[in-house]
Amino acid sequence: MSLSASALVEIRDVNFAYAKRSILKGINMTFPKGKVIAVMGGSGCGKTTLLRLIGGALKPTTGSIKVDGQTIHGLDQQGLYAIRRKMGMLFQFGALFTDMSVFDNVAFQMREHTNLPEEIIHDLVLMKLHAVGLRGTHELMPAELSGGMARRVALARTVALDPMLIMYDEPFAGLDPISLSVVGNLIRSLNDALGATSIVVTHDVQESLKIVDYNYFIADGVIIAEGTPDEVRASDKPFVHQFVHGEMDGPVPFHYPGGDYRQDLHLRT
Amino acid sequence: MAIDKHLRSIGARVVDAVWRTGYATRFFALILIHSGTSFRRFRLTVKELFSSGVMSLIIILVAGTFVGMVLGLQGYETLKRYGSESALGSLVALSLVRELGPVLAALLFASRAGSAMTAEIGLMKATEQISAMEMMAVNPIARVVAPRFWAGVISLPLLSALFSAMGVFGGYVVGVVLIGVDEGSFWSQMQGAVDFQHDVLNGVLKSLVFGVAVTAIALFEGYDAPPTAEGVSGATTRTVVQSSLAILILDFILTAFMFRGN
Repeated sequence: MSLSASALVEIRDVNFAYAKRSILKGINMTFPKGKVIAVMGGSGCGKTTLLRLIGGALKPTTGSIKVDGQTIHGLDQQGLYAIRRKMGMLFQFGALFTDMSVFDNVAFQMREHTNLPEEIIHDLVLMKLHAVGLRGTHELMPAELSGGMARRVALARTVALDPMLIMYDEPFAGLDPISLSVVGNLIRSLNDALGATSIVVTHDVQESLKIVDYNYFIADGVIIAEGTPDEVRASDKPFVHQFVHGEMDGPVPFHYPGGDYRQDLHLRT
Repeated sequence: MAIDKHLRSIGARVVDAVWRTGYATRFFALILIHSGTSFRRFRLTVKELFSSGVMSLIIILVAGTFVGMVLGLQGYETLKRYGSESALGSLVALSLVRELGPVLAALLFASRAGSAMTAEIGLMKATEQISAMEMMAVNPIARVVAPRFWAGVISLPLLSALFSAMGVFGGYVVGVVLIGVDEGSFWSQMQGAVDFQHDVLNGVLKSLVFGVAVTAIALFEGYDAPPTAEGVSGATTRTVVQSSLAILILDFILTAFMFRGN
């Protein structure tokens, strides 16, 4: 896949640190328009931080992040809110508003950002819910939904205003195999139907390799591998091999670094 | 070395307290700046008025009645010694309107509605609902926090008034209906002793100040709560403790200014 095609998101030499703890180190990434791209890596490797940087919730220590040609961290709050109206983000557990019904959750952005009459909002909400297969749940409260259903409702809410960029933070976490496959297919089909660009942050290799166009692997804050799903499957790089095949030991050690085992057990040497 | 460590920890605590005070002040300023939405879309505030005000009615009405009944009993026993049972009405009304109404209603409001606000906002933060709102280009201070703030500020004076009214009713039931104090002197003494501006308006002003303090503390603690179960429970406790102390300290200051020498 050519990544030089017109890019919607461009990340150049980005470094980011929380206080003194360095999270991302010299990251360069390109997310072309119309593609679904996965960012993979173990827990705590900086994947979610990357999404927050793209969404403007965090500012990089150095480097630049451009979305649709605008440097996201150079925008004031008004500019940031203007560009966020063209973005959607699916949070790890959906983040549905628990005091609102499914219908009101999906209608939330339409009511906040448009002057559409309530009859049109009604039809649009039902269409969005129909697209994720949950039109029949519009009167339910989030607490009445299963985990997979809540994720799909959140997906309908994310695409409510037909965003140009959709970001997914661990969309497959905690789902049963059927929901996993449904959510995976929805990510792909909604992206293609809307002509959007999707960034999927995940550690579910098998599910994401089925639906994405390109993969980035992050470990310890740097990109250690990238490529198309076929290239990833065939990769002989130790980290990618361990990650894709879920091996217990490898470049990512099983044991957290500690003192001498015999000493910790007070054994005489 | 031990002293050095001790001094460092004191220093860190002071810096933390100053930082937190600044953060809280900034948060309060942001609520005021983003209050426009609360009035332009008043139904958002009305929804919160229901959950913080209407849902606190039962506890306020019941507590008010019983406090008034206790005042009636205790007041009668004390006044009887001086042969002034007829002054029971003014004693009950003045105690409630000036002090017990605003203070006890605010304490109950802090425990009932303040803690609920903290827990709700803390959990919204922990479940990423606040972040989701920000990512949808909706300002959570304007959409979530400010309507709750104004709902608290509006509802507490009304709840205090109801607390006092129920207290007067409780005092009447015990004093007049059960003990047999003369009904005419109960009401006429009350009418003569309570001054609208000096007593009633000052009481309302007190509950307005308490409303601002309790709601601002509750919202700040919720918004600042660490996004964990422990963090939210700690924030809820802090809301009740800090609000109660703030109410009692503010009450002393306000009373000193309002009723000094009267």
